[in-house]
Amino acid sequence: MPVTREAWRTHPLVKRSTPLVAIVAVLIVVWYIGAVLMNLSLVRGGFEREEAPYTTMELLEGTMSAERPLLPAPHQVVGAFIDGVFGYAPTAPRSLVYHSMVTLSATLLGFALGALLGIVLALAIVHSRVLERSLMPWIICSQMVPILALAPIFIVVLGAIGLQGLLPKSIISAYLSFFPITIGMVKGFTSPDPMQMDLMRTWSATSRQVLSKLRWPSAVPYLFASLKVAITISLIGAIVAELPTGAEAGIGARLLAGSYYGQTIQIWSALVAAAVLASGLIAIVGYAERKVAQRMGARS
Amino acid sequence: MNRRQIRLGFIMSAVCVLITLMLPLPLAGTPVAALMARPLTFLLTGVIVLVFAFAAGFRGLPAIVIGLVGAGITADMTLTLLRDPLIAGDAASGFWVVVIGVWLASWISVVALAGLRPRSSIFRKAIDLAIPLLFGAAVFYLWEVVVRGAGVPPVLLPSPSAAATKFMASLPILGADFVQTFIRGVLIGYAIGCGAGLLVAILAHRFEFLGRGLLPLGNFFSALPLVGVAPIMVMWFGFDWPSKAAVVALVTFFPMLVNALAGLQAAGDIERDLMRSYGASYAQTLIKLYLPAALPFIFNALKINATLALIGAIVAEFFGTPTQGIGFRISTEAGRMALDMVWAEIALAAIAGMAFYGLVALAERVTTFWHPSMRT
Repeated sequence: MPVTREAWRTHPLVKRSTPLVAIVAVLIVVWYIGAVLMNLSLVRGGFEREEAPYTTMELLEGTMSAERPLLPAPHQVVGAFIDGVFGYAPTAPRSLVYHSMVTLSATLLGFALGALLGIVLALAIVHSRVLERSLMPWIICSQMVPILALAPIFIVVLGAIGLQGLLPKSIISAYLSFFPITIGMVKGFTSPDPMQMDLMRTWSATSRQVLSKLRWPSAVPYLFASLKVAITISLIGAIVAELPTGAEAGIGARLLAGSYYGQTIQIWSALVAAAVLASGLIAIVGYAERKVAQRMGARS
Repeated sequence: MNRRQIRLGFIMSAVCVLITLMLPLPLAGTPVAALMARPLTFLLTGVIVLVFAFAAGFRGLPAIVIGLVGAGITADMTLTLLRDPLIAGDAASGFWVVVIGVWLASWISVVALAGLRPRSSIFRKAIDLAIPLLFGAAVFYLWEVVVRGAGVPPVLLPSPSAAATKFMASLPILGADFVQTFIRGVLIGYAIGCGAGLLVAILAHRFEFLGRGLLPLGNFFSALPLVGVAPIMVMWFGFDWPSKAAVVALVTFFPMLVNALAGLQAAGDIERDLMRSYGASYAQTLIKLYLPAALPFIFNALKINATLALIGAIVAEFFGTPTQGIGFRISTEAGRMALDMVWAEIALAAIAGMAFYGLVALAERVTTFWHPSMRT
C-alpha cells in the first residue's frame, strides 16, 4: 500500500515528534540570533580597532566564527565537540574522550558506592523502627548540607591521609547519590501491602525470606526510578568535585580551564560532552530496567 | 527490645563506669587507678553508678529519663576530663570505656523511647522530636570526644566545639557571606527560576502543541549537569551576585517546569467538565481548579529546588566572586588550612538550607492540607 500523505501525518511517531522537532528548531534559531546579537559589539570592536572597512555581511560572518565569542553559534559548538571527540587520540590531553573517561570513572565508582550505601541504609531503616525514627531526619538534613561546599575539605583531608585521584571525587558523588536511593528503596521495601505481609506471616517466613521473596521484588521498580535520578546526580557530583580541587583532567577541569582562559567554545563543548554522558548513562539504566522487567515477567 | 534487655543495658553502662576505676586514663602520667587521684571525679563516678542502678530499677519513662540524666552527667564528666592536658590527645583505655558507657546508656534510652506508645498526641510529637535530637547529640558528642581524646589534628577534622567557637567569634563575616550568597544569589535566582518555570508550564498546559514539545525537552534538561553553565554565567553577568542568581534560576527552572506541567495535568476530567458546565473562563478554571490541583507537584519542585539552588550558588562562586560569599570563603579558607572557619561556613550553609527547606515544607502544610499525603 502506498503511503498517502494523510497516513504519514497521522503516524504516531510523526505525530509525537513534530512538536519536539518544532521547538528544538525554534530554540536553534533563537540561539543563532542570540549569538549574532551578543557577539556583534565584540566583532565590530575588532574591525574598528584595525580600522578596516567592513560590510554587514562580514560583520554577520564574524559573529558566527569569532575566536572567543560571548555566545558561540551552535555549529561552532558542534564542530568543537566533534573535533574534541574524533580529532585527537583518546589518550591525548586535548581529547574530550580522555576527559570524559576520567569523569566517567569517578561517576561510576561514586554511583556504585552510593547505590550500595543507599540500599544498606534503606534495609537498616526498614528493619529497625529505632533507626527509622532516629536516622531518617538526619539523612534528610544531610542533603541540606551543601556537600559541594565540603568538596575542598574532603580533598584536603583525604589527601592528608594519602588518598588522591579517583576516590575523593567518588566519595562526593556517592554522598550526593545515596539519598534518592535510600528514599526510594525505603518506599519500595515498604510498598507490599499488609495483606501480602500477613500472608508471609501465615507461612511463618523469616524476615530474610520476606526480604528476598516479597520486599526485593516489589522494590525493583522503585530501585530503577531512583537509580536514574542517582546516576545523573553522581555525574554532577563528579564534575563539581573537580572544580575546587584544581584537577588536571575531567570535564570539570575543562570547564575551569575554559573559564580561566576565556575559551568559551571549550566550555560549551565540555557541556555538550557532559550532556551526552548524562543521557548515555540514563539510557543504560533504562535499558537495564526494561531487561529486568522482562525477566520478572512484566509485559512491555 | 524488652524491659529486661533495657535493664541489662543500664547495668552494663554502670559496669563500664566502674571498670574505669581500675584502668589508666591517660597513656602517660599516673599509671593505674587514675580516677583515685581525682577526688571530685571519683565522687562523681559513684553518683553515676547509682543513677544507672536507679535507671535499671525503674521501668518505662522514668527509667529512660533517669538513664538520660546519667548519660548526661557521664558525658559532662568526660568533657571535663578532656580539659586536663594530660588526657587531651592522649586518652587511654579507661577514658574510652567511660565513653562506651555513655554511648550505651544513650542508645538504650533512645531505643526504649522509640518503643513507647503514648496515648496523648502532644506527648507522641515530643518523642518524635526527641529521638532524632538525642541521636544527633550523641553523634556530636562522639565526634567531639574522639577528636579531642585521640588528638586528631585540627587540619584533618576540627572538633564541633572549635567550629562553634569560631562560628560565634566571626558572626559579622558569616552574616555578610550569608547576605551575599543566600539573600542575593539564592533567593533572587530561586524566585526567578521557579516563577518562570511555573509560567512556562501554564503556557505549555494552555497550548497543547507547546506542551508536547516542551515536556521531553524539560525532562532531558533537568537530567543534565546544568551547574556547568556557571563559568558562562560569570562571563556574561560578572563576578557579583547576578551571575549566581542566573545559575540558580537556570538550575531551578526545569524541575519546576516538569513538575508543574505534570501537576496541571492532574486535574480530573469530572472537575474539568464541572468548570465547563459553570461556563468558567480559562482564567477562572486556572485559578480555581488547575493551580490548586497542581500545588502538591509545585511544592515538590520547590523542595527539590531549595537544595539545588544553594548548590548552584556555591558552585558559581568557585568561578569568581567579589571577596564575599559562602563558596568564596570556603575555598579561600580551605586553601589556608583554616578548617574551623570552613566548618563554621558549612554549618551556616546547613542551617540556612534547613531553614529554607523548613519554610517551604511549612508553606506546603498550610496550603495543601487537603491532600491525602498530609492526612497522616
